[in-house]
Amino acid sequence: MKTEEKRDLPRGGVIDRGGSAAEYSTGGWRKLRPLLDKDKCTNCLICWVMCPDSAIITEDGKMVGFDLEHCKGCGICAVECPDKVKAITMEEEAE
Amino acid sequence: MAISTATKKQAGLTGNSAVAYAMKQINPDVCPAYPITPSTGVVEEFSSYVADGAVETEFITVESEHSAMSACIGASAAGARVMTATSSQGLALMWEMLYIASGMRLPIILTNVNRALSAPINIHCDHSDSMGARDSGWIQLYSETVQEAYDNLFQAVRIAEDKDVLLPAMVCLDGFITSHAIENLTLLEDSEVQEFIGEYRAEHTLLDTDNPITYGAMTLQDSYMIFKHQQSEAMARAKDVVKRVGKEFGEKFGRGYGLFEEYMLDDAEEAVVVLNSAAGTTKVAVDELRKAGRKVGLLKPRLFRPFPFREIAGAMKGVKAIAVLDRADSMSGFGGPLFTETRSALYELEARPKVVSRIFGLGGRDFKVKDAVEVFDELQKIKKTGKVETLTKYITL
Repeated sequence: MKTEEKRDLPRGGVIDRGGSAAEYSTGGWRKLRPLLDKDKCTNCLICWVMCPDSAIITEDGKMVGFDLEHCKGCGICAVECPDKVKAITMEEEAE
Repeated sequence: MAISTATKKQAGLTGNSAVAYAMKQINPDVCPAYPITPSTGVVEEFSSYVADGAVETEFITVESEHSAMSACIGASAAGARVMTATSSQGLALMWEMLYIASGMRLPIILTNVNRALSAPINIHCDHSDSMGARDSGWIQLYSETVQEAYDNLFQAVRIAEDKDVLLPAMVCLDGFITSHAIENLTLLEDSEVQEFIGEYRAEHTLLDTDNPITYGAMTLQDSYMIFKHQQSEAMARAKDVVKRVGKEFGEKFGRGYGLFEEYMLDDAEEAVVVLNSAAGTTKVAVDELRKAGRKVGLLKPRLFRPFPFREIAGAMKGVKAIAVLDRADSMSGFGGPLFTETRSALYELEARPKVVSRIFGLGGRDFKVKDAVEVFDELQKIKKTGKVETLTKYITL
């Protein structure tokens, strides 16, 4: 951070606008990575509803993938994906 | 309550009643509070004003002081002018939140009626509660009398809300000795109070949904220290604001206030430094000893946070022997908190005086004129011999 920027930081650590959390990348915290099997997915979007990090990307009402900049790899999507479908699996980042 | 009203502005009030009355005149937006001895009277009387519709304040009853300060923080972040009152264990239970209030730069006003901390349990006066909070980032003003407590409250609002400061402020007065004793004082008119404190307009408010903001976000190695630096600089700036507001108060209402009071200090060779009501007792001792030709004086700090170290050193120039009386012990083995800071401030002087620490009056133990005289007698001996026999010790034991 440059000196001028530091000086301008808002008093008391107030963030004086909304939605700025999107600028903070939390994907690096991830140990497990979600993988999507497009053939199995029914686009019910339960994963989109349940994801605590708003990291499910959709287009025209369809599940298309994960925002890996913000996905922390919690695996909630894989658990919540209906038993009959099971289109999301979690894999070790190392692999 | 008022005992007599010889003139419209004169009243006999206890310290608690005067503080509650000042709060009524300030008419804060929100007051979250949990009563505790000896500040109960403040909360009790103020809640009556709320119930009677004498103020527009939202009074929040809470389950603990931790919750009281939490509610203060929430309300202040929402943009409200917020006040509360507490003592002793109550302030101790607020500890965690005190730092959050100051770190978020919220100008909350708290009256602390000084009382000893447990254990052993004790409900009477000493300063261990507010002294323990001295590093919490709150401005601290101390009050010798009911009048000073009343006047300090209005000034605290102005100081805390000043755009160069924006820090919470604590007004301290002695439990029972000042909070429960009736003293004659001069009151201000409601209109004078309102004109003096003005309207509070917060720069940010959590309730403005068109402009959403966040309070209390995580800051890590890259920024936490910057916010602490900002806070530290604001605290240092508060000193000048305290001076300016005290002067303006004097010009408007005839009772001027500075960073500390000097009593017979000009030509004094022996001096006592002491906070709050014990300063009144010491003044009597100074008067008596002056009659006997002794060059004695008193310095009574009013502002303890920030600590006006340069000004105190300037006022003490020429004094040969000083006793700093603390109504609290740091349990450091090196005297009380007022002692260590005063002594450190005096280190800058070319001709350094001898400075000793005396702990007195813990848990409401009486401090009498004879006790102050004894301190001055000891100082006289130190001045004559140039030797300090005991650097720190308890008196009035």
